[in-house]
Amino acid sequence: MCLAVPVRVVSIEGDDAETEIGGVRRRASIALTPEVKVGDYVLLHTGYAIGIVDEAEARETLKLLEEIASLSEVH
Amino acid sequence: MKFIDEYQNSELAGKLAQHIATHTTGQIRLMEFCGGHTHAIMRYGIRQLVPPTVEMRSGPGCPVCVTATGDIDRAIALARLPGVIITTFGDIVRVPGSHSSLQQAKAEGGDIRIVYSARDALEIARANPGKSVIFIGIGFETTAPTIAAAIIKAKKEGIENFYVLSLLKLTPPAIRALLELGEVKLDGIIGPGHVCVITGSRPYEFISRDYGIGCVISGFEPLDILLSIDKLVEQVESGKPKVEIAYRRGVKPEGNEKALELIEKVFERDSAIWRGIGNVPQSGLKVKGEYRHFDADRAFPVTPHPAKEHKGCRCGDILRGVALPLECPLFGKVCTPEKPVGPCMVSSEGPCAAYYQHGAGYE
Amino acid sequence: MSDTILLAHGSGGKLSHDLVEKKFLPLLTNPILARLDDSAVFEASGRLAFTTDSYVVQPIFFPGGDIGKLAVCGTVNDLSMNGARPLYLSLSAIIEEGFSIAELERIVRSIKAAAEEAEVKIITGDTKVVNKGQADKLFINTSGIGIIPPGIDISGANARAGDRIILSGTIGDHGMAIMSQREGLRFETPLKSDCASLNKLVAQMLEVSPDIHCLRDPTRGGLATTLNEFARQSRVGIVIEENKIPVAEGVRAACELLGLDPIYVANEGKLVAVVAPGDAAKILAKMKRNRQGRNAAIIGAVTGEHPGRVTMKTKLGPSRVIDMLSGELLPRIC
Repeated sequence: MCLAVPVRVVSIEGDDAETEIGGVRRRASIALTPEVKVGDYVLLHTGYAIGIVDEAEARETLKLLEEIASLSEVH
Repeated sequence: MKFIDEYQNSELAGKLAQHIATHTTGQIRLMEFCGGHTHAIMRYGIRQLVPPTVEMRSGPGCPVCVTATGDIDRAIALARLPGVIITTFGDIVRVPGSHSSLQQAKAEGGDIRIVYSARDALEIARANPGKSVIFIGIGFETTAPTIAAAIIKAKKEGIENFYVLSLLKLTPPAIRALLELGEVKLDGIIGPGHVCVITGSRPYEFISRDYGIGCVISGFEPLDILLSIDKLVEQVESGKPKVEIAYRRGVKPEGNEKALELIEKVFERDSAIWRGIGNVPQSGLKVKGEYRHFDADRAFPVTPHPAKEHKGCRCGDILRGVALPLECPLFGKVCTPEKPVGPCMVSSEGPCAAYYQHGAGYE
Repeated sequence: MSDTILLAHGSGGKLSHDLVEKKFLPLLTNPILARLDDSAVFEASGRLAFTTDSYVVQPIFFPGGDIGKLAVCGTVNDLSMNGARPLYLSLSAIIEEGFSIAELERIVRSIKAAAEEAEVKIITGDTKVVNKGQADKLFINTSGIGIIPPGIDISGANARAGDRIILSGTIGDHGMAIMSQREGLRFETPLKSDCASLNKLVAQMLEVSPDIHCLRDPTRGGLATTLNEFARQSRVGIVIEENKIPVAEGVRAACELLGLDPIYVANEGKLVAVVAPGDAAKILAKMKRNRQGRNAAIIGAVTGEHPGRVTMKTKLGPSRVIDMLSGELLPRIC
């Protein structure tokens, strides 16, 4: 549990959003993430956006991964 | 695909694995609670990447696997009622109950339809006003708010033929029950990333506070999992267990407040039976208050015969991390993905199916 | 003529004759069929291949094709997988009462186009009509006959250690295009079925090297199931690399959304070939010059180790065993 996939919000209409990943579009409910904006990425689980992807944190995580990777070279 | 591909980089994965290897001084046993992690670990061969000093056990985090036989029997009994359309996620269709399965009930004439979303079930209710559409609500906190939202929408739009059989479960009580049993000595827990998108990390703080075990809340791509293992190793080596979020792009400590509010609005806590653990108080969600009309249990009381467990099936032990799939006498011989005896073999997240399909005995 | 199919259309009387003569014959005609005798009579000699398949796909119209196109391509492909040059097909339709005649025409036109593309003739047929509710709109059966040129011996049991495995193109296109149309799983997507006949591709491959060991089209159960079949039939091991398997972006995304693995998803216009190592490069080159093979790739090899077992080197490096598909391919939420 549970399968949730990051998708991009293309447009919003009321409680629904049109989302996109890899060229595939899917209607999603934003009832759980009413504050979402067009262009945001959300985690899509069974047709509902359950959270908004924090892009700054995503970058931080990648930086952390790269830091750890470079540490292992030193060893 | 953004936020997926970057976390599958094989070069970084190799380096992380190396880092983990050089920092473990002794044997470490970790449990990945969540079925999604079990699946990902198998799919990406994480066990082969991490050193043999890091042992990984699967926990009871697959909502399909922990659904009690009796609950499957109830769903099947509902399917046999006249004028009923059963809508369900695909995951549970092949799970055997005491005598049958939803798949078999469909073959016998039951109107059983697989849906991707609770809202699809709602649409089916809207399109079939003469029938009672019952949605089999399996899932954890990740799925609970979506079902709550569907129920709220049903009420708002006056859809009266939509019902939910709530088999929803809450994860922290089960983890606590497992740790209380103390059967397996664990050094750390890989926490369920998507559950925590909803709940936040706070409900998990009891793990380090009360049991002195670390918990790192993890995403589902291979680099996410390796990062979480790395952090758990660090916690163990430094003797400083804590609950921390590795999946920071998805999880906040406070979780998704709107989602939690919706759960609160529609559901109340009740006890629930978890396969392998038994009755866990306050671990299930039941439809409450002004939404009681939508409760399938209340609208269609069915009392199937007492549940019958299959002799020899060790799903329960496996789900508690006490046994490995290979240690079940039925594994691979009587119980296979083609003819599953227990849910651990049916669900693609189940530890037995994962073992069977991706490397039973092949290292 | 009415605009929907009636039971009388299947009863052999005037309406039946009208249906055949006005809707089927003008589109599919050839000298053998036109005789409308009880059986088709023709001459053929040599080693013959004979196959049959029934088509019950839902929905009957899907992006990239329909049940008619599938019925022709599927049977043509079965013949091609034994190295046979497809010659003739039979066409049997079981139609549900009330089915739209306009839709039936559309499908017959599709059959005509597919037959012309594959250069096969439909020389005998049958139509039956059943009561409403006794068939899901339309079921089609096609049987096919082909001739295998001398010196060709292709079989799932012929794989040998050292052989290379060639996949003719992207996997998962058909299965995901179908799944995307099903009730409850709707996507507004550019996914199209890869439904296509492969006989010309196979003929070209055999021109390069008549010594192709195995051929199969990975339909239901996907690539993983076909490779397992080879491994078992030939009693060999197979090793493939995930990175080498071509998957279209849209298919990959749709699989992510539904929690499916593309290696288990059905294909209707792809083949897997097991060939001698010395021939692999030139067969691949020839395939790439054919539209149906434009994304062909060598994805792995046959080994003498772990007979009956298929393993895949994952993107990250470690290998995992891949089993056949068990049960139905169901989307998961978990």
